[in-house]
Amino acid sequence: MSIRERLSGNEAVAYAMKQINPDVMGAFPITPSTEIPQYFAQYVADGLVDTEYVTVESEHSSMSTCIGAQAAGGRAVTATSSCGLALMFELLYVASSSRLPVTLACVNRALTGPININNDHSDSMGARDAGWIQIYAETNQEAYDNFLQAMPIGEHPDVRLPVMICQDGFITSHGVENIELLEDEIVKDFVGEYQPENYLLKHENPLAVGPYDVTNYYMEHKIQQAEAMKAAKPVILKIAEAFEKVSGRKYGFFESYRMEDAETALVLIGSSAGTARAAVDKLRAQGKKVGMVKLRVFRPFPMEELAAALAGCKAIAVMDKAESFSAAGGPLFAETRSALYDLDTRPKAINYVYGLGGRDFTVDTAETVFAALDEIVATGKTGEVYRHIGQRSE
Amino acid sequence: MSFKAAEIHETSPWQKMTIGGEIYEGGTSRLTMTGEWRTKTPVFDAEKCKHCMLCVPFCPDSSIPVVGKERLDFDLDHCKGCGICEKVCPFGAISFGKEGE
Repeated sequence: MSIRERLSGNEAVAYAMKQINPDVMGAFPITPSTEIPQYFAQYVADGLVDTEYVTVESEHSSMSTCIGAQAAGGRAVTATSSCGLALMFELLYVASSSRLPVTLACVNRALTGPININNDHSDSMGARDAGWIQIYAETNQEAYDNFLQAMPIGEHPDVRLPVMICQDGFITSHGVENIELLEDEIVKDFVGEYQPENYLLKHENPLAVGPYDVTNYYMEHKIQQAEAMKAAKPVILKIAEAFEKVSGRKYGFFESYRMEDAETALVLIGSSAGTARAAVDKLRAQGKKVGMVKLRVFRPFPMEELAAALAGCKAIAVMDKAESFSAAGGPLFAETRSALYDLDTRPKAINYVYGLGGRDFTVDTAETVFAALDEIVATGKTGEVYRHIGQRSE
Repeated sequence: MSFKAAEIHETSPWQKMTIGGEIYEGGTSRLTMTGEWRTKTPVFDAEKCKHCMLCVPFCPDSSIPVVGKERLDFDLDHCKGCGICEKVCPFGAISFGKEGE
């Protein structure tokens, strides 16, 4: 029996952590992720978990704590946002290259500057090449479900990679919604025990972690990481399948919404999907063949699968909630358009950077984008590829 | 993929290396000749040495072997040529020459 509750995204993730009962939490507050260590501290104080709750002096240290704990043979979690993730930057690479499956709850917030506490994806998108699996949620339910799947994915012997479970700051993290929680026993069974083959506290087996690599060895270890990221793809689907069995909720690399006969579509990540879905329904009611693809797994990037999902479209708009300052489009656009290149007939593709620093994304905005796609289909001309929407302009 | 350090070398394919470069045993520095960085080489004069053992703990590596109460000639496989031993020797039993001389 699942438990019906109403929780914010932060509460949902803290509750998932409580059910998992990790060995160590590296705890440091930063808006809007602060509530996660805050709620969890209460669980610790109430004796509901056995976790060693380490209050550190910075995010550099919280990730270092997680790396040490995970290398020792424990399960380590942390939560952060924005500048906190940026301060972890070096350690993100240490965790992934040391192949330590740390789990990080990333509550997405704009990365300074100008300083801003609201949502966009510039923090985690900046860390996209750090070798972490990245899974994004639309809702509190998805944040909870994704967090429960993180450890079985990251700890899988074919994978051994850290996992970042992302949700939109404030919109998802502080918005209270209905949620279905799994019972503690089901979570314990599903997540299981962490059983690494080698770990520092295994006294019969001396171990060194993270040694220096000279040129003759470095590239081979980076290829191991790249292969692990490829191997994560089938593991993510397998874990999603197992999760569906215990929860009844189905997950994949992305969600295709009304894409069967769609001629135009939006591709996006996170909470904006709810808004885009409303726009799709409205336009469908007017007889327009529109759809949406909501990406869940950004790392590993589901290149072939995404291309196949978009192959039938005439034009698509990739919505980036992060600037990349490439002067050529945002990160999701670059990868999505690259995925389309291998198709024999490709949809035309444009990019919209939107929603920066918490700028609203409305049904009207989504309709404006679909109208721009109609124009491209009608004229056969793509026009400007790299666009912004939602900003004031003369 | 649990390989011993001695099984991994500069022509090992990535499939035959440990995950993340983990090392599953101790004492592996014996397998790695780090003395090749050296630009100056210590020369040991056994006749001047009084076996006071001052140089031994000052060596930042472990390049001065001791057997019984006797200090032996340098282990050049790991000596980096830092010169500390020459400075601390009270008897002038250690001198430095350029590598290859």
